[in-house]
Amino acid sequence: MNFNTLRKSIPQIITIILFVSVIAYFWSNTYSNMEYYGMEFGYDFLKKAASFDIQFSLIEYDGSSPYYRAYFVGLLNTILVSVLGIFFATLIGLIIGISRLSKNYLVSKLAEVYIELFRNIPLLLQLFFWYFAVLRALPLPENAINFGDAIYVTIKGIYVPKFLWSNFNYFISSFIAAIIAGFIVFSYAKKQRENFGKHIPAFFISLGILVVFASSGFIFGLVDLEFEYPEIYNLSETVFNFRGGVTIIPELLSLLFALSLYTSTFIAENVRAGILGVDKGQKEAASSLGFTPGLTLRLVVLPQALRIIIPPTTNQYLNLTKNSSLAAAIAYPDLVLVFAGTALNQTGRAIEIITITMATYLTLSILISIFMNWYNRRIAIKEK
Amino acid sequence: MMLINNIIKPKTINQNTLVIFGSILVALSFLDVVLLSVFNINLTGSSSGISFFVPLFIGFIGLYYIRFEHTNYKFINTINKNLNSDWFNSILTLLSVFILLKFIPIILNWFIFDANFVGTTKEECTGDGACWIFINVWLKRFTYGLYPDSETWRINLAFILLIFTIGVAYFSKPKIRTYIILFLLFVFPFIALNLISGDVAGLTYVETDVWGGLALTLIVSIFAIIFCFPLGVFLAMGRRSELPVIRYFSVGFIELWRGVPLITVLFMAANMFPLFLPEDIFLDKLIRCIIGIILFEAAYMAEVVRGGLQSLPKGQYEAAKSIGMGYWRMHLLVILPQALKIVIPGIANTFIALFKDTPLIFIVGLLELIGMIDLAKTNPKWLGFATEGYVFAALVYFIFCYSMSRYSQRLEKRLSTER
Repeated sequence: MNFNTLRKSIPQIITIILFVSVIAYFWSNTYSNMEYYGMEFGYDFLKKAASFDIQFSLIEYDGSSPYYRAYFVGLLNTILVSVLGIFFATLIGLIIGISRLSKNYLVSKLAEVYIELFRNIPLLLQLFFWYFAVLRALPLPENAINFGDAIYVTIKGIYVPKFLWSNFNYFISSFIAAIIAGFIVFSYAKKQRENFGKHIPAFFISLGILVVFASSGFIFGLVDLEFEYPEIYNLSETVFNFRGGVTIIPELLSLLFALSLYTSTFIAENVRAGILGVDKGQKEAASSLGFTPGLTLRLVVLPQALRIIIPPTTNQYLNLTKNSSLAAAIAYPDLVLVFAGTALNQTGRAIEIITITMATYLTLSILISIFMNWYNRRIAIKEK
Repeated sequence: MMLINNIIKPKTINQNTLVIFGSILVALSFLDVVLLSVFNINLTGSSSGISFFVPLFIGFIGLYYIRFEHTNYKFINTINKNLNSDWFNSILTLLSVFILLKFIPIILNWFIFDANFVGTTKEECTGDGACWIFINVWLKRFTYGLYPDSETWRINLAFILLIFTIGVAYFSKPKIRTYIILFLLFVFPFIALNLISGDVAGLTYVETDVWGGLALTLIVSIFAIIFCFPLGVFLAMGRRSELPVIRYFSVGFIELWRGVPLITVLFMAANMFPLFLPEDIFLDKLIRCIIGIILFEAAYMAEVVRGGLQSLPKGQYEAAKSIGMGYWRMHLLVILPQALKIVIPGIANTFIALFKDTPLIFIVGLLELIGMIDLAKTNPKWLGFATEGYVFAALVYFIFCYSMSRYSQRLEKRLSTER
């Protein structure tokens, strides 16, 4: 063995020994501690009845449901708020990012103030502000803010009509069929354009297909949609509440506000950097070819800007998903509150539950980054 | 016919008249909004739902008549260039101005004109605006948490010492400055910690349960910043190491911490970590949480530093090796100084993110600034002042974060060397 291999292998061996001994140290401590406190290790508690209620759930759940069902309720709630948050953050971020670059001095300054303001205040504080200061200032159910007798805004949440479908399966399948048809139209249009230089308005055709397919069910009476409107009723002499319809709880709303406003500032900065990162010559070349400003933006600037925008924005999506765990602070029943909070307190299975929670977030993060990497590769420059 | 044509297509000949006419219209539209929002007088009779519509229309026509390529008024030229270049821009300008005119009076009234400043009890808050008495009364708690009043001088002393040493470092010669910075990084934190926690040199012991407020926020973030930085640099170097075991170990460590939310890390520090230690070793919850934050932020720091290491040209490594430098000397003297300089904005962002993340320790029961506000607003004597508390905290955080980001931008400019 010569000196060089020795020099390379010694640090590695030391690392392994250190790592293994730290793990072994923690393991033996944990083992003796658990024995001392009479704690057990194992995942069989997941099948036991959870016996606690969850205020907001996308799937059927009650106190007699097992812990793993509570876990899924929490997970779905986390996914719900993350997906909605990502949607709104992207939308607001795009608008603010473009306004930041506006030639209009006032608009660009306002966008800057917005970015600096919402970026430099901790997310938890914003969350508390929306939840405890803004949404608590809404009226009681009896004085609800009324939008066309269908939507009511109260301190207990926003009540919106519920969709009551009959033959929903038919509607969904026609919807999916329309989307598939749209894909076919798009690929056909692309082929025509690339091979024969013909332009087919693929977007409008597929939009038409979508409308026709979706409405056909209604026209032929196969699908029916009714609304269940929320209505106010007396809980007791002086206490009122709404029933029927769908309730959007204030916890969800404030979480959504906080997450999307906070994350949108970072996305806005990414959008700005992306658009600024496109070479000026590209725009000039496009306009010298006779492209209108709209076409230049759509066909020349945005596709190139997206390549710069997407990688850091992926990070922001990941951050938003992870930040949605702040829900625990305002009692929105997300994964952390339901599982790492209530379930942990009830069972005392700290190791199992925290491991599952962390592994879940790790999986979510990895899934999002795999998807975004795939998308990023798809739109990357293909050198010919 | 001439007249109509002239109205629809303004001609340069009538420019002066049109500019004056247009300015009057724009001024009228602003006046309408101001009257409506400040004095609640409805000039144009527009209903409350579309109260912006009439002034928007008037202002739009006004701006249309002002829009010339060149006028005799310098002011109008600037407006045309920056705010009124086409019809879309003019609408954006009008809407922005209206929104400002509408909301600035409301905000100012709440903050200053209708607010109460002087007093000691809730009953003295008679105005419609903010009750700053709440902040005034609780200010001591917001700053020091539940730390005993008689001992707060220790926290003050620690922070004054810190600021003083930084000031000395700023004005001293570079050679001495290095030693002062080393002192600040490796000696001072422990002096400060002993000073604040006590139990040495005749100081009474103050347990960490009562630490809180802004002081705790600063203690946690300063400690985390000091320790997460070197750890992050090591991890970044490990991730780029030639030795596979060290590389995989670093990658695994970084990705593990980056993939989970800080809250779960804090939950782990609070609930799970005590199980890892032998029974006779007790590690304070605050210290466990700080360790959690350090590990978490070090992973982010590592990714930032790695970006800097990757952006250095290979020639730098080769040049350092060719003059006989070993791995550590090469990194310390050649690679890191350049790499870190490149990623100053990223490092600053990580520090700011860390500072903004400290409030999360509230969730595991440590009462830093936001936790203290939560405590104050649920106090039976002071119910209903959540907004004031959160606005105050937001202001404090904003000042810290904004000045940090401004400072990093300046530092970046000063250290930037042309390649």
